Amino acid sequence: MGLTVKSTGRGIGRGEAHMLRPRPEDKIIALAGNPNVGKSTIFNSLTGMKQHTGNWPGKTVSNARGYCRGEKRGYVLVDLPGTYSLMADSPEEELARDFICFGGADAVLVVCDATCLDRNMNLLLQTLETGRPVLLCLNLMDEAEAKGIHIDLEKLRERLKLPVVATVARDKKSREKLLKALDRAFDAPAERGETGLSYPEPVEQAMEHLLPLAGEIEGVSPRFICLRLLLGEMEDRVGLELRNAAEEQRRLLSQEGIDRDRLQDMLVSTLVKTGEEICRGAVENGEKGYSQRDRTIDRLLTSKIFGYPMMIALLALIFYLTIKGANYPSQWLSAGLFYIYDRLLKLFAWLGAPTWLTGLIVEGAYKTLAWVVSVMLPPMAIFFPLFTLLEDSGYLPRIAYNLDRPFCRCSSCGRQALTMAMGFGCNAAGVVGCRIINSPRERLLAIITNSLVPCNGRFPTIIALISMFLISGRENALLSALALTGLILLAVVLTLMSTKLLGMTLLKGESSAFVLELPPYRRPELGKVIVRSVFDRTLFVLGRAAAVAAPAGAALWLLANIRLGEANLLTALAAGLEPLGSLLGMDGVILLAFILGFPANEIVLPIAVMIYSTGGSLTELGELTALAPMLRAQGWTAVTALCVILFSLCHWPCSTTLLTIKKETGSLKWTALSALLPTAIGLLLCAGVAALGRLAGLL
Amino acid sequence: MESSFGLHSLRPGETALVKCLNSSGALRRRLLDMGMVEGTRVECLGVSPGGDPKAFLVRGSMLAIRDRDCRDIIVNRS
Repeated sequence: MGLTVKSTGRGIGRGEAHMLRPRPEDKIIALAGNPNVGKSTIFNSLTGMKQHTGNWPGKTVSNARGYCRGEKRGYVLVDLPGTYSLMADSPEEELARDFICFGGADAVLVVCDATCLDRNMNLLLQTLETGRPVLLCLNLMDEAEAKGIHIDLEKLRERLKLPVVATVARDKKSREKLLKALDRAFDAPAERGETGLSYPEPVEQAMEHLLPLAGEIEGVSPRFICLRLLLGEMEDRVGLELRNAAEEQRRLLSQEGIDRDRLQDMLVSTLVKTGEEICRGAVENGEKGYSQRDRTIDRLLTSKIFGYPMMIALLALIFYLTIKGANYPSQWLSAGLFYIYDRLLKLFAWLGAPTWLTGLIVEGAYKTLAWVVSVMLPPMAIFFPLFTLLEDSGYLPRIAYNLDRPFCRCSSCGRQALTMAMGFGCNAAGVVGCRIINSPRERLLAIITNSLVPCNGRFPTIIALISMFLISGRENALLSALALTGLILLAVVLTLMSTKLLGMTLLKGESSAFVLELPPYRRPELGKVIVRSVFDRTLFVLGRAAAVAAPAGAALWLLANIRLGEANLLTALAAGLEPLGSLLGMDGVILLAFILGFPANEIVLPIAVMIYSTGGSLTELGELTALAPMLRAQGWTAVTALCVILFSLCHWPCSTTLLTIKKETGSLKWTALSALLPTAIGLLLCAGVAALGRLAGLL
Repeated sequence: MESSFGLHSLRPGETALVKCLNSSGALRRRLLDMGMVEGTRVECLGVSPGGDPKAFLVRGSMLAIRDRDCRDIIVNRS
């Protein structure tokens, strides 16, 4: 899960949509649905946007909005977070409910999973109750068919009295169908939908007392408002008389033993049963959701014996392909980019540019940029698509399922494994993803420990160092992959340990209840995966790195060329950091690179190389292959490399991640802790390794 | 013959019908939302490699629920 433009984007606020209508005749459509029913895919196909999708529940963590044009008018689509209900017990539900009721939506498109329609009916019926015009979109019809589920659309239309559109989320024709249905719905708004809901006697009696006092509010039906009032919700929306009457009815109900919980039970049971009733005869069930194929895959991937080894093997395989595949393109890229570097130098000389300009632009900005691109791009361009494949297939939630026990032991939950996996893509995205964890305590645990797994900005550095110093020889990609896998396991262990530590000290508490939905496996679409992971993630992350790298390179060149007595500023700074650096098994230059690399981890190694090469003792250096001897000449050993790798794994998160943490937690204290914790671990680890290395005479 | 027991004792491959939920709070809501009302069929699909949670098939979706939370879900053998 890469950091995409939208994953850190701002969600839509309540009522904000009023201002979004580009034209007065445009309509605002809220997209509602259970988690993981393909809502985001529908949203993307309608709006042509690239809202990130993935085969796991809770993907959409903030509302996206987009625009599409029908034949007669335009539609502003608002993608609400996936919810099972509108009872407003969780922030997502409250947000969805408030947007549907008071966000200015002209209609609600309820997206349902055709493979398990009766479970989706709960939300559909509740949405109908609000009185907003509803369109039913039966998504994943292809999957339903494959499972032998047949849905009688006519019958559903007849029973619910609303427009029903059957779609296959990734299909062009479905888009046309949806647009046509929207157009039609607003041309002749005759069908308003019918629920046929009738609650148990005491509830209906209470409603009878309230309904005469209630009126429509912003188009929301009195019945819906009265129901919410009985649940003690939405009181601030109504007048005093009605509010008092509702309070009286609540008192009467509780005298009959119907408190809020019991009332909710009654309502939900009725909704579920009514949903079942509506589906009866309209839906012919085949394999119902969980196919034989899925059973077989799950038996293997979550088995007692193979579950964990398969997880590790998959991880190792991804790393192997990344390392093996990145090798050659990396060299071609660096050869190409440094060829251009030489040309640029010549060009600047021919133009008669002053030395400082050549230095600043070519030796500073361009060279650092070239390093970053050649080190970063190939591993990322391979890793991201592979990871996206895993994500789309539905395997990620299985990781959460497999790892729930260990995380539960550390007073957290398996969802943290999911956010940890997101951290591999980008820690900032991982931190945002922690919104899928409901318990605030567990969410904080996951946020604070997220940067302990290396993100994509750190992988290339780690991979480069492993193959240069720890596992020599290009042919040993497999060994390198295994070493990297070992390192990731260490990262997971560190995550667990710090979670446990935090859970015993600052964030005490029991791990909360855990219900995780495991979606069916889906065959990822290769083409889309590649396009999405390359354009959405790789280029975005690379662009961010480049945006930081070029100015950083220029700044470095300046620092290196500002004289401070004998030495330049850069070497002076490095010399100041030398004692701490050498205590940690590294040197001052590396430490300085880590500090200067704060805006983006990608540029740490390139910065170190730049500092070394501007140190004066070195002649200009060209390709990536020249890196290892050059670092050795600076006194690097295998222990140095190991310490750099460990420190890269555990140090302060990059600025983007820290800003995201600040935004997500709203607290400087937790943000500071998120920086201090990994740094402390890194300091301890590196000092320990360095001490051992010295004992063994390797340093 | 009808005997009630906690969902935690359902073994992989076995099915049962929900009798009532003794769970409370957010968990109760979540289970209800997933359609776990009286009479709903539940099948145990498997156990996580760590031994907990277990996976159940409820109304076509696969849910992982921890042992501890399953104790409060009372079912009848179907």
